[in-house]
Amino acid sequence: MNVFKNYLLFIGILISSFSFGQFSLSGKIIDQEGEPLIGATVFINEMGSGSSSDKDGKYFINNIQKGDYSVTFSAVGFKKVSETIVINEDVIRDLTLEEDVLLLNEAVVIGYGTARTKDITGSAAIIKSEDFNKGSVTTPEQLVMGKVPGVKINSNNGAPGSRSTIRIRGGTSINASNDPLIVIDGVPLDNGGIAGAANPLSLINPNDIETFVVLKDASATAIYGSRGANGVILITTKKGSGDKINVNFTTNNSLSSIVKYANFLNADEYRNTVNEFGTQNQIDNLGDSSTNWQEQIYRTAYINENNVSVSGGIAGIPFRFSAGNKHEEGLLKRHQLDRYATSLNISPKFLDDHLELELNSRYVHTDNFFADQGAMWAANNFDPTRPILSGDTAYGGYYETVFTVGANAGKPNRLAVRNPLGLINSKNDVSDVNRFIGNAKLTYNTHFLSGLKAVLNVGTDIAKSSGTVMIPATAASNFFDGGYSTQYDMEKSNQLIEGLLNYSNAETAEDHRIDLTAGYSFQEWSTLMPAYPVLSEAGDTTYAAGLPTDTKNALLSYYSRGIYSYKDKYVVTATLRRDGSSRFSPENRWGWFPSASAAWIISEESFLKNSDFITYLKARAGYGVTGQQDIFSDYPYIPNYVEGNSTAQYQFGNQFISLLRPNGYDYGIHWESTASSNIGIDFGLLNDKLSGSFDYYIKETSDLLASVPPLAGTNFTNFILTNVGSMKNEGFEVNLNLGLLNTSTTKIDLGLNATYNKNTVTGLTFVADTTSLGIQVGGISGGIGNTAQIHSVGYPTFTYFFYEAIYDDNGNPIEDQFKDQNNDSIINIDDRLRSKNPNPNWFLGANLNASYKNWYIGTSMRAELGAYVYNNLASNYGNLQAGSNTFNSQNIHSSFLETNFLENSNEQLLSDYFLEKANFLRMDYFTLGYNFGNKLSDKFSLNAAITVNNVFVLTQYTGMDPEVVGGIDNTIYPRPRIYSLNLTFDF
Amino acid sequence: MNYIKKINYIIIISIIVLVSSCSKRLDLEPPIGLSSIEVYKNASNYEKVIAKLYGGLALSGLAGPAGNPDIIGIDEGFSQYVRILWNLQELPTDHAICRWNDVGIPEMNKLEWSADNSFVKAMYARIYFQIPIANVFIQESSEEKMSDRGFSDENKEEIRVFRAEARFLRALSYFHAMDMFGNIPFVDETTPIGSNDVPQILRPDLFNWIESELLDIEDILLSPSLVPYGRASKAAAQSLLAKMYLNAEVYTEMPRWTDCINYCNKVINDGSFSLDDNYSHLFMADNHNSPEIIFPVCFDGNFTQTWGGATFLINAAIGSTMDPADYGSSGGWNGLRATPTFVNAFSDSTIDSRWKFHTKGEKVISGDTVMVYQNVDIGDVLTNCPDTSGYLVGKFSNLDQMGNPGSHPGKVFPDTDFPMIRLADVYLMLGESSLQNGDAGTALNYINLVRERAYGNSNFNLSNVSLQDFLDERSRELYWECTRRTDLVRHNKFTTSDLLWSFKGGDPNGTSVEEFRNLYPLPTYDIVNNPNLTQNSGY
Repeated sequence: MNVFKNYLLFIGILISSFSFGQFSLSGKIIDQEGEPLIGATVFINEMGSGSSSDKDGKYFINNIQKGDYSVTFSAVGFKKVSETIVINEDVIRDLTLEEDVLLLNEAVVIGYGTARTKDITGSAAIIKSEDFNKGSVTTPEQLVMGKVPGVKINSNNGAPGSRSTIRIRGGTSINASNDPLIVIDGVPLDNGGIAGAANPLSLINPNDIETFVVLKDASATAIYGSRGANGVILITTKKGSGDKINVNFTTNNSLSSIVKYANFLNADEYRNTVNEFGTQNQIDNLGDSSTNWQEQIYRTAYINENNVSVSGGIAGIPFRFSAGNKHEEGLLKRHQLDRYATSLNISPKFLDDHLELELNSRYVHTDNFFADQGAMWAANNFDPTRPILSGDTAYGGYYETVFTVGANAGKPNRLAVRNPLGLINSKNDVSDVNRFIGNAKLTYNTHFLSGLKAVLNVGTDIAKSSGTVMIPATAASNFFDGGYSTQYDMEKSNQLIEGLLNYSNAETAEDHRIDLTAGYSFQEWSTLMPAYPVLSEAGDTTYAAGLPTDTKNALLSYYSRGIYSYKDKYVVTATLRRDGSSRFSPENRWGWFPSASAAWIISEESFLKNSDFITYLKARAGYGVTGQQDIFSDYPYIPNYVEGNSTAQYQFGNQFISLLRPNGYDYGIHWESTASSNIGIDFGLLNDKLSGSFDYYIKETSDLLASVPPLAGTNFTNFILTNVGSMKNEGFEVNLNLGLLNTSTTKIDLGLNATYNKNTVTGLTFVADTTSLGIQVGGISGGIGNTAQIHSVGYPTFTYFFYEAIYDDNGNPIEDQFKDQNNDSIINIDDRLRSKNPNPNWFLGANLNASYKNWYIGTSMRAELGAYVYNNLASNYGNLQAGSNTFNSQNIHSSFLETNFLENSNEQLLSDYFLEKANFLRMDYFTLGYNFGNKLSDKFSLNAAITVNNVFVLTQYTGMDPEVVGGIDNTIYPRPRIYSLNLTFDF
Repeated sequence: MNYIKKINYIIIISIIVLVSSCSKRLDLEPPIGLSSIEVYKNASNYEKVIAKLYGGLALSGLAGPAGNPDIIGIDEGFSQYVRILWNLQELPTDHAICRWNDVGIPEMNKLEWSADNSFVKAMYARIYFQIPIANVFIQESSEEKMSDRGFSDENKEEIRVFRAEARFLRALSYFHAMDMFGNIPFVDETTPIGSNDVPQILRPDLFNWIESELLDIEDILLSPSLVPYGRASKAAAQSLLAKMYLNAEVYTEMPRWTDCINYCNKVINDGSFSLDDNYSHLFMADNHNSPEIIFPVCFDGNFTQTWGGATFLINAAIGSTMDPADYGSSGGWNGLRATPTFVNAFSDSTIDSRWKFHTKGEKVISGDTVMVYQNVDIGDVLTNCPDTSGYLVGKFSNLDQMGNPGSHPGKVFPDTDFPMIRLADVYLMLGESSLQNGDAGTALNYINLVRERAYGNSNFNLSNVSLQDFLDERSRELYWECTRRTDLVRHNKFTTSDLLWSFKGGDPNGTSVEEFRNLYPLPTYDIVNNPNLTQNSGY
């Protein structure tokens, strides 16, 4: 219908031009490299109409009456040019548009709407797909690692699809979530885990993502109210546009391999050690083999990924469909992830474009095979003088440590380390996970008031997963239970409905631009997880089913925002949100979250307008209050009695009675709130060849949600989640983009960013106090219940809490001797010192992209400075006792060769000798590519690239990898180095 | 353009519907469990709540053996009541030493704990987990509330007894708190949940309060012949009163020997209990059949599973060349040992059936002059290669009297119950109090009853008796039953140099420690939380 109408209109114009004989405006629009610009818009303001350039960059506007016209030339990604053209004949105007490096006029998603980059008054960063990290990337957040100052992203380990820890400007909480809110196409995701999936975000295909917008300060995030305290990441997926159908196919084939092993003695070193230090019994007990167990359990793994997308428009309806699969083998033998992802976006328009519908849907299915990660620990510790196979068929043929005497002789010794390969090959741990994320957004541009629109958005995020874990009765690990068999499944759902009204006068505004938004949203999350028993292979119950999970929470919100801009020079933004959470009692559930911010675009002032040096300068300041209610518990205020399971009953006479226990609760629990201030500048110098930003921020969290002991005797628990204490994060961020070279053949762009963050706990008790210990955290291996870290007032969260080692004249630590800090002649917890922490003060990123003709390279590097890692492998296994503390022999950490520590006391385990500097510089990827274009065929263009991920790490840390999330190094799944060949075809 | 109007209407209506879909949608209730109001509406739920109070002595949480723990901040297995009590009552004495380097354990071995020791905190937390649940139960089972809820007379009668048992269990935990911590926070059924005003009660006042509670419920509790196994009888309250009176001088500076004698006699004269013929049977899988146990903490291989309690007492003691199958277990945790001081307390004879030390090879038989222990140097326990050293103790077992293992198919969780109070203890309390009161005859009679059972004959009967004999006899009879520290304190030998054992005071040969260690400190966190509290002196 529309096409037909336009056609009639066109005919009409054609006829009229013949009838009146008016003039025309035409020309060619090119970019700085001389290439024609396709689709650039030429708009004659006085006529309210215009045209766009064709594939040769040419445009033609007919039918213009004589006169002076204000004409605007614009194209996405280029600076707009407005000029006055006198039409008194057929005019030809050729024009070169300059690239808009800072994308000042581009509409950016800011949460419940969009804003021009130049109108953004808070701290927000935009990363587009062309700047994403390259190579084998399985989960979306890894696309932007190291790209944004203030945003620290660390993959937790190297397992396929592993989770990442994302911290925006430090964590604001102790027991509530520190994860940012992630919103995909307007649907806020549930950030909790999904059983059977290493990482819920790995259920989003990174290839479908167009842009990331990271909102960092409260003036930007306060529109998300109670969920904005840790920042917001807005993900926009790729959409179709235009009339043409584009088909894109990418294929990526990779090999991954281990970079470094954990430092344990090899067979010869182990033999020497036992011969020198061991008892005769231990010497006699040495084996004849030489096995490197770590080499045995890891492999060179293969990764294959294919994605196809079809996008464009059919009958005027833009769409994009994509399908992709990824097969990723882990370094650990048998570990495997298979992902099948599809997505479909359609955005039709109705009623003369007054009604816009946007449908986004993505469905992902993954099949996981989880290798037994206990094998990594076992490979460290298994006696290297033992063979892999025993020569007989017991325990799958693997050599195992068995009892030598008594009734259990020949049976596996329960306390001994199991054969690493036996562990891997006997455990079948599989899951399949499905996730659907979709939304339908209806935008109605009202007929009665131009610029006013109503938006209704309905979204859903549903995940269903199930898994089974099975170990046969023949396996040594579960020999006494007759094998192991259990299952799990989980159903999560997240439903969203929201409506908003937006008024913007952008179409007509001259000096005063106004953008007003007011909306409502309701979101509900539910999780269902039945409990299953652990059975033997034969089906007998080993452990009864625990308690099932069935939980729900909801958030009801009203929000509003106003943006006012005067002459594109002064911009003011204010937001206000009111959130109600089902997690708190009716009296405490509502919270207000306001923010205000302003920006001054100084470069628009007359004194800078014609500066050749400063081409862009904007100063920003903002303040806002955000909240936190994501506390991993949905009913913390309700007194509730829960019944125990079948193996937790109590005997009365000859009956067993099941138990009914009241759970601890805090009726007064309420929001944690974070007040944050931000000041910053954005700048562009030398025609934006050098651009960047600087931000300084303070975030102060009060009513901190922490799990602390209540007064003894006043609750049904010894730790209650309640509002107590406060915390502060302070820091600054610098971001620099340098266009080092930009000629017709060569282009070099360098991006640098740096962040400094300091976190301090400022209160942690009901009554202000300095004597309390704090909250001990950071469980370690070696001695049950030992912890390495502490939250305490005046220190950063997760500060290390250790005994201070004493050194001899040669600088070697003296075994089992520690400084008696309080001089009471007793070494106990009172002598432990708070010092250092696992979070870096500084983290830096560098990104380089360069091209020469059709060749291009890209790389991204990250550095972290000031963090410390506790080498738990050295502390727990770097002593002779580690080699003999069970009935049989066990390998020893190589640090023993330096320390010669004999035993492993509780205090020595917690010696600061084992705390190491973890500064590092890592090259996340390096890519070399060649853009064949249409050289090979007219039918398609080809881009080929070779990429190496995890190219190198420079560090002083002696362990396997300095990047240990949480700071306690106790064998992480190694991050592989990955070599990939990537081919991209466009048809 | 009619449709535009329609659209406008639709939008306006949608907005109204959206915004007015009111905040009731935020009133979500937990789908699992019952609200506190619903629980007590139903008379049959009272049994389940009182079962939780008993279960609080045996289980660590709502799922056995672990899951949904009652208290946190410590490994769940460690957090079980009997296990922590054992760690505070036995580990810092000559009875035991633990070779694990788990958090807080070395400080217990060496009597060097601080106010932040994790076992000190866990014991305190465990006690103050039990007490508020007892409080709320006592509050919800008042006559008034039962009448309001329209319970039948039969239900009321049953709940009245449950209420008395809740008061007993609360008194028991308060007794433990008084014994170990001294002046402590006091809460009762009038204290609201979430209160921020909790007073500190002085030890003598607490003594009086516990005494009055126990006296008050003595007649409501069922008699031993009527009470179902596992629940507290009249005799349990009377035994606890006897224990209070035995130690009254420590708690109140005023001895109560006569009261102790009276209450011991009440238990004995009831006639429901007698000494088990075989000492070993008291600690085996079928010890619920023992005529001697007055108040047990019950465990079961299939229905009451925990990593503490009897599971701990059996498995943690199995190590080195001990064969787990000899104890009805499938594995050993290789942690607990006894000190030489304690082994030497048996120096007069190894024919004593209470002599349960494991030796490499055969158990030493009577008449042997050389005892073949494994590495007799206790010092090795805390230095190199401790696996093959120290004195191993095989007192608790998951075998029944017939030699069959308990009911758990995997032989991990025993059926063995822990005897919290048993008749031999009452005999020895009676004897000790009688001697204090100058009645040596009664004293001698009861100590010899215990010895005769131990030796199987009267050849080893004492002819005269001293207080030291009672301390030593209690040690041999009741070791690893969570009474040693209290006994040593009463005889002023816990901190002093009168009795030394390996690693007392951190010295491999043992040394005295400061007197203030007769009490444990209140955990720092509660001192900070509660301005009404004063820390025990010395900490």
